[in-house]
Amino acid sequence: MTSAEQAQQRVRTRTTAAEATRPPQRRVDWGRVALGTFSGLVLFFLVAPVLIVIPMSFSAGSSLSFPPTGFSLQWYENFFGRADWTSAAIQSFRVAAAVTVLATIIGTMASLALVRGRFRGKQVINILLLSPIIVPSIVIAIAVFGIYSTLQLTGTYIGLVLGHTVFALPFVVIVITATLRGFDMTLEHAANNLGANPLQTFRYVTLPIIAPGVFAGALFAFVASFDELIISLFIAGAQNRTLPLRMFEGLRLEIDPTIAAVSTMMTVLTVSAFGCAEILRRRAGGE
Amino acid sequence: MASIARERDPGSSHYQPDPRLQRLHRRQLLSHLGLLALAVTLLAVLFVYPISRIIYTSFLIDGSFSLDHYRRIIEVDAYIRVLRTTLTIGFQVTLICLLLGYPLAYFLASVPTRWQRILIILVLVPFWTSFLVRTYAWMVLLQRRGVVNDWLMSLGLTSEPVQMMYNRMGVLVGMVHVMLPFMVLPLFAVMIGIDRNLIRAAQNLGASPFQAFRRVFLPLSLPGIAAGSILVFILSIGFYITPALMGGRQDTMIAQLIEAQVRDRLNWEFATAIATFLLIVTVIIVAVYNRILGTERVFGEDR
Repeated sequence: MTSAEQAQQRVRTRTTAAEATRPPQRRVDWGRVALGTFSGLVLFFLVAPVLIVIPMSFSAGSSLSFPPTGFSLQWYENFFGRADWTSAAIQSFRVAAAVTVLATIIGTMASLALVRGRFRGKQVINILLLSPIIVPSIVIAIAVFGIYSTLQLTGTYIGLVLGHTVFALPFVVIVITATLRGFDMTLEHAANNLGANPLQTFRYVTLPIIAPGVFAGALFAFVASFDELIISLFIAGAQNRTLPLRMFEGLRLEIDPTIAAVSTMMTVLTVSAFGCAEILRRRAGGE
Repeated sequence: MASIARERDPGSSHYQPDPRLQRLHRRQLLSHLGLLALAVTLLAVLFVYPISRIIYTSFLIDGSFSLDHYRRIIEVDAYIRVLRTTLTIGFQVTLICLLLGYPLAYFLASVPTRWQRILIILVLVPFWTSFLVRTYAWMVLLQRRGVVNDWLMSLGLTSEPVQMMYNRMGVLVGMVHVMLPFMVLPLFAVMIGIDRNLIRAAQNLGASPFQAFRRVFLPLSLPGIAAGSILVFILSIGFYITPALMGGRQDTMIAQLIEAQVRDRLNWEFATAIATFLLIVTVIIVAVYNRILGTERVFGEDR
């Protein structure tokens, strides 16, 4: 607790009738101290493992230890020097880029209809669009795997992109519908009255205003695809391995220090993407 | 223009607009359906249809209807054990997350806004980090010659490495770490909306701080407890990564069983039955929760 709040609380307690009988000095609130300590420990538990890998990835030793011994880029060199790692990383970027474009376009269109439309069955469509978050990934994965073997999409780039788009779409819809709810419709009516057609209205009025929300949605879609493991596990095939898939396979065999370098890079990438998305989302006003 | 009609008679179909407005409405409806077409088609082909086919297949043996796959899940010891392990781990993870997350959320909701902004980032950063990366971090920490064992041994607390991974402890530590933000964030969202004056009022009326908490704050925070627990539980029972990497043979969960059935044994129909089972459990939990608290909360919406 900050001193300002302590002071504030002291003032408050002094004025209340029930507290008047107790001397204010007794308010070194031990419960509060215990709560703060406990919370600090839980926060440490949450953050420490994520951060500890970063210095370890620069270790000069032959195995991972903390504190790391010396400084070297050997694990990064190892990553960039090996084709199986780099091709997996490139594949992940290629897939995530396409998913971002697809999910953002489809998601924005759907969000417009969901927020503004009034038609029967809207609630059902709303639930449909969001349910890939609720249904366990493993169920989606084997379901998609099942029809991909019929459609012969297993092991293809387009198959991965479509599979990830299903998974990424809900995130885009959640962010963009929230943004659209805060949108002032009178602006569109004004554009309309001034002679703009619906497409022009969207292009010149609506889109510029909701752009932060759309970008935030796009970033969510990117990370959702970039991090995705379970669906890829079933449908990627050997020649289309993504980065998480390559990591997962590596981890099943041994705890390779190269993965510390990969982890550090992935963490920097996803945390900065989410951080940007969060800032954009706040700016877009969709809390 | 359409909004004029809407404003005059919000949320009802009794209002009869003039034909021109009706035409406008129809055109608007068509454009909205057009906007939805891509998303609905994509989900119909790659989500609804495949999942329906999974459910359908699970009731088939050699092309005819049968419940044998389900009977096998219940009757074979190895499978029923996996179900029991999955539900047990789900409850354990949810309970631990609640015990760790509730005090933390309470604390976060009560510090001044300036501090809140900084501290909430400490919850968000792990939330934003890939499940896989976080599981890897715990493997580095908990493995036999890992960081934690190094420290324990150098402090002289143990003479040889303690087994902290490839057992239940590894699964629980890894999964609690992954799931904790899903508990803390909904709890925090609810707690921040609770009017603290109510607690003060209770105390002014003679309640001890503990009574005020138990009788006033705790009941008001129940929606957060429900949302967080449901989210953590349904994510946990379908979870694959951490138990696959940090669990022992004893800790096999449903998702691993499904994967193994598809991959190693190509036992497709049986795998679809287990997946259907998992799907049904998840849907029932979400449906019950909806009944109690309303759809929007599960899907993280405001309205």
